[in-house]
Amino acid sequence: MTKRFLRISLILTGLILLFPLQGMADTPLPSISLPEGEGVKCVEPVDDIRRNHMDYLLHQRDKTVYEGIRTKKHSLANCIDCHVQPNEQGVVPVHDDKEHFCNACHQYAAVQIDCFECHADRPQEYINRNSKPQALQQQLKERLMAKEMGAH
Amino acid sequence: MADQINDSRRNFLSKAAIAGSITLAPGVLLHQTAHAKPDDQAVSSDVRWGMLIDTEKCAKGCTGCVDACNEEFDLIGSMPKSSEAQKTQYIRKVSLVEKQTKHEISLPMLCQHCENPPCVDVCPTGASFKRVDGIVLVDKHICIGCRYCMMACPYKARSFVHEAIENQTLAAPRGKGTVESCTMCVHRVDKGEIPACVEACTADNHNAMLFGDINDPDSEISREMKKHGGKQIRADLKLNTGVRYQGL
Repeated sequence: MTKRFLRISLILTGLILLFPLQGMADTPLPSISLPEGEGVKCVEPVDDIRRNHMDYLLHQRDKTVYEGIRTKKHSLANCIDCHVQPNEQGVVPVHDDKEHFCNACHQYAAVQIDCFECHADRPQEYINRNSKPQALQQQLKERLMAKEMGAH
Repeated sequence: MADQINDSRRNFLSKAAIAGSITLAPGVLLHQTAHAKPDDQAVSSDVRWGMLIDTEKCAKGCTGCVDACNEEFDLIGSMPKSSEAQKTQYIRKVSLVEKQTKHEISLPMLCQHCENPPCVDVCPTGASFKRVDGIVLVDKHICIGCRYCMMACPYKARSFVHEAIENQTLAAPRGKGTVESCTMCVHRVDKGEIPACVEACTADNHNAMLFGDINDPDSEISREMKKHGGKQIRADLKLNTGVRYQGL
């Protein structure tokens, strides 16, 4: 009886010891791709920005909205310009894609962010605004140019 | 009683503002587009941005300013599910016809950027606010979409976003559940540029809209307003609007 009990508890201990190790090896990590290139680095040290990016963004947000301070360093648009780029297939990820730089970690950590309900999730050059009447913008440009020409 | 208190405060403040602008050298003051503010510098209460609209020059049937605004903020087509009444409008053309004489006046109506904005008074969260340079804005980060401000505004200047918005422009973060209105193109003004509607009106050679610093007595807009009056719409409300009209 005692022997049997010992054997079972030994097996159990073994199993307990075994599983966490296996588990650790299998834990999925968020896959983020960092911008490459010589001299390309984040506006803050990586460990700092990983921990504190939300505070920087919040601070910058109030500075911009209330005081009109539009420096690039901690602005969301600046993050997006660098971190959201087309993948190998030439597709630019949108904010709810797993591939999107912000979403890759936020989905992993189960932290929902509302930024992109209002803010652009891609650099402006990758936003195809079908709604935008291109002709109108062209007209306006031409009119302004014609006026400037006339003034000279 | 409340009016009296407000009036005296207002008078004191406006005198203080004038005194402030005299002590500074006139050339140093921000003129229209002459001096762009550095990105890292906060806006200052030395200036108060305003607009003067000449209804005599505003062409009937022309919607240049409205089109330019829609373009700048990407308003057209961004709300396919909303009804016409729900769709956002920052600026609209209004026609006034004198019943007897049938004389027609056409003018653009937009947020009047009041010195004493009722929208700010009623906002329960502080989202509706006036920037120190006189531009009335909504901090959409803390707007809860209650729409009190829309009811308080005598000019019907504000809109509520009824549906999710996608593909926003950098200039105009907009989203469902918040109130929005004319920002006097704050993103342009901070760069030293003029609002899109004024630019379009000028490009059309109508020159019915003038933008500038109404705190500076030497600015073009101040001189024009001194000459022509610079009427307020609903002046009886004593809101001291930043958008003024002539030819009404």
